[in-house]
Amino acid sequence: MAHLYLIAQIAGRAVAIDSDQVESVVDIGEVTAVPRASAHVRGLAALRSRVVTVVDTQSALGLEAGGGAKRAVITRVEGHHYALLVDSLDDVAPFELLPLAGGVALDSAWRSAGRGIVEREGEPILAIDLASLVPGSNALQ
Amino acid sequence: MDDLLQEFIAETRETLEALSGEIVAWEAHPEDGARLDAIFRFVHTVKGSCGFLDLPRLERLAHAAEDVLAQVRSGEREPDRGLVNAVLAVVDRIGELVEAIDAGNSVPDSGEELLIAALAQGSDQVATAGPANVQRAPSRSVRLNVDLLDRMMSGMSEMVLARNELARRLRSGDIDPTVEAALERLSLTVGEMRDTVTRTRMQKIDALFSALPRMVRDTAAGLGKSVSLHIEGSDVELDREMIEVMRDPLVHIVRNSIDHGIEEPAMRRAVGKRENGRLSVAARQSGNQIIVEIADDGRGIDTDKLIRKLAATGGRSERELMALSPRAKLDLVFQPGLSSKDEVSEVSGRGVGMDVVRASIEQIGGRVELDNAPGKGLRIAIHVPLTLSIISAIVVGSGRQRFAIPRQSIEEIVTERGEAIRIDVLGGTRVATVRERRMPLLDLADLLGIEREPGFGEQGGSQMLAIVSVSEGSYALAVDTVLDNEELVIKPASPAVMTTGLYAGQTLPDSGLPMLLLDCAGMASVAGLNFNRDAGQGFDEAEEAAEAPGVPALLFNDLDGMRRAVPLAAVDRVEQVSGDQVRFAAGRFRLAIDGRILPLAAQGEIEGRHKLNVLRLKDDMTEVSYAIDEALDIIILPHDIAPAREPGPVAGVMLIDGEQVELLDVLWVFDEHADREVEDEAPLCLISGDQDGWMASFVRPLLESAGYRVTAQLAAGETPAVVLSSEDAPTLPDASAPVVRLRRRRAAKAGEDSVYRYDRAGLLSALEAWVAGKAGR
Repeated sequence: MAHLYLIAQIAGRAVAIDSDQVESVVDIGEVTAVPRASAHVRGLAALRSRVVTVVDTQSALGLEAGGGAKRAVITRVEGHHYALLVDSLDDVAPFELLPLAGGVALDSAWRSAGRGIVEREGEPILAIDLASLVPGSNALQ
Repeated sequence: MDDLLQEFIAETRETLEALSGEIVAWEAHPEDGARLDAIFRFVHTVKGSCGFLDLPRLERLAHAAEDVLAQVRSGEREPDRGLVNAVLAVVDRIGELVEAIDAGNSVPDSGEELLIAALAQGSDQVATAGPANVQRAPSRSVRLNVDLLDRMMSGMSEMVLARNELARRLRSGDIDPTVEAALERLSLTVGEMRDTVTRTRMQKIDALFSALPRMVRDTAAGLGKSVSLHIEGSDVELDREMIEVMRDPLVHIVRNSIDHGIEEPAMRRAVGKRENGRLSVAARQSGNQIIVEIADDGRGIDTDKLIRKLAATGGRSERELMALSPRAKLDLVFQPGLSSKDEVSEVSGRGVGMDVVRASIEQIGGRVELDNAPGKGLRIAIHVPLTLSIISAIVVGSGRQRFAIPRQSIEEIVTERGEAIRIDVLGGTRVATVRERRMPLLDLADLLGIEREPGFGEQGGSQMLAIVSVSEGSYALAVDTVLDNEELVIKPASPAVMTTGLYAGQTLPDSGLPMLLLDCAGMASVAGLNFNRDAGQGFDEAEEAAEAPGVPALLFNDLDGMRRAVPLAAVDRVEQVSGDQVRFAAGRFRLAIDGRILPLAAQGEIEGRHKLNVLRLKDDMTEVSYAIDEALDIIILPHDIAPAREPGPVAGVMLIDGEQVELLDVLWVFDEHADREVEDEAPLCLISGDQDGWMASFVRPLLESAGYRVTAQLAAGETPAVVLSSEDAPTLPDASAPVVRLRRRRAAKAGEDSVYRYDRAGLLSALEAWVAGKAGR
């Protein structure tokens, strides 16, 4: 059954994000740092009157902390809003979620984030669960 | 009180509407326990609220119905047709009375006795409520969906941000003065709007606390106990929703504390406690929670008794319950249908109690914690999640970042270079000594790992120390700058932020850049500050040793030019007031301040001054102001004080720095100037033979101000402590009370035992002698 997915680039890799998890896509302005918080937390940013926690998605995936990514996907986990930084957004289109091919072992945080794959013109793209990237959320534990 | 009444009316009306279905169902199936419980809870709540709001008629009705329903619940009575009818008639009547109160009408109380009588066992009286011709007043309050309010609030914040953005843009270029003026007006309106909108959602927790003093007083008086109440943190602002939910539980807990917790005065004396029970109610914010703590120094919970009680009511065996952990035993207090007191009292309930308290708190995602010290007291902490709150905060800067600190937890802010400040390094730890008080020092930038701006500390920039007090102790927090004092709307931060344990929430100030609110207790624990008792005592002892032993007192110049001193413990604060706050009214000088009227005492000329300094003197119950010229210094009273020759405003004179200084007699000031409340336990004085009404109009005020209760007609069961009679009145048949006679002539005839009627002092001392004599017998 086809479902709407956002195709985004994180650390130069394409990922598919379930559109149900996405409230909006925004450009993040100035970020207030949160000292002593997890390295995955870039800080706090204001989206109009709402304060969101900005998550360094690359770092949360076990990669090197992302550089100057400004674009973010807003998601809501357990009543709090998070902005997950992405390099860019490619596409929004309906795809069918397929299970990961047998034997494919994802490394580090990709494993807990991976939910399956979608195929875009023959190219397999990993579908990820945003909630699992949010530091301190139950999904991670 | 009006607010409370409005809320009571709205709530009762709403419950009645919801209940109407239950009542009909109960009528059809009187044996249905769940319906019975619902109606029981309703009358119980009404009874509680009425006692609190002083609505005796409603209270009597509700109390009668509650009694009967309790009997039905315990199986003592069968819910027969007559009983159901009678209860329903009472519930209807409650509804009518509530509507009448709202409309400001009065309902004749005919028939209420009948309604109550109809509740009695075996009554076959058909009770009907009186004619229901009460008009429903248009309601002055509306109930709104919270979502709507939330949308309004976020719309408002957006408007503020848009205004700020607009202002920034406009001011960056040349700006037309008319545009500037329009912008100013917009700014002002938006600001006012924001306050209003915020108030729709938020309320000071004072709304919960303000009714407590009266309630505590009345409850305690009704039980013959004496309780002093201490309230803290009443300016914490909370979501109205939470306040509403907490209202009933708080009332229950406070009543329970007074009824079950705090012992009778005699009992307290016997176990070596102060006669006055102490009850403290405090609200504070901690992390993502608001904690309301109710602590008493009563007998605590006797878990063994609790278990015997529970075992007796059936269900679980005593042995099974005894095997529980102490924590679980304590939790038994939340069992439904349990009253740990043997007899049911007017005050607290009969089973509608802690189980309901816990249920309603849990319903909003909170929890109730008990800290029981058998024999010493009980502390109940209600934790409710913080959805949003407004707190007054100090904004501080550290490095390039800004943080907010709750104003409530800051004792004071001093500069590092202040005179009374010393900073030492003990081992690797910095310790601050602020006016002889030693405390650990935390550097915010170090704690948070914030990079200093280049060149910091080189241009001689000194840090500021915020003295922060947390429940275990105090510490000094070093920050680079103290920027502002702001009211901030605090919202909970995400778990990713909260897990640091350093923050209490986040806020979006007008700058549009999010800011974090620091959690003072959290910082102390992250930094590993160890306030264990021993260390704390060490500090305290050092502090005591540093101070010369003695009673501290405030030295001041009085209005009559004398130099006087007053013990510091009696002074609540020193304030400057303007001359027009002072009036000579109702026989004395009075000061209008903080929306109250305080008696104003003075020695010297008050009138004709534009500004006055007043000392606000306070003891447990009363407050008196005392006008002075200026406050000078804080001194320690010497041991040698020469007492005054006669009682009066001056207790004695002492030598301070070679100068004679009079010591103000605080007891005398209170005695002379405090407005008296006529208390129930005051001795009763019966005026008899007062044909011309002279005594009622002239002597009565004198007696009342001297602390007597005065009556011309005894109520049933009352016995006077003393009888005041005119000389020509016939002797009273009731000779049990001593009689003081007033005579018209100044000189007494030989052998006459009477008091000249204009001799105030003589009269009072005669009465006093008799009353004291009686008490002594």
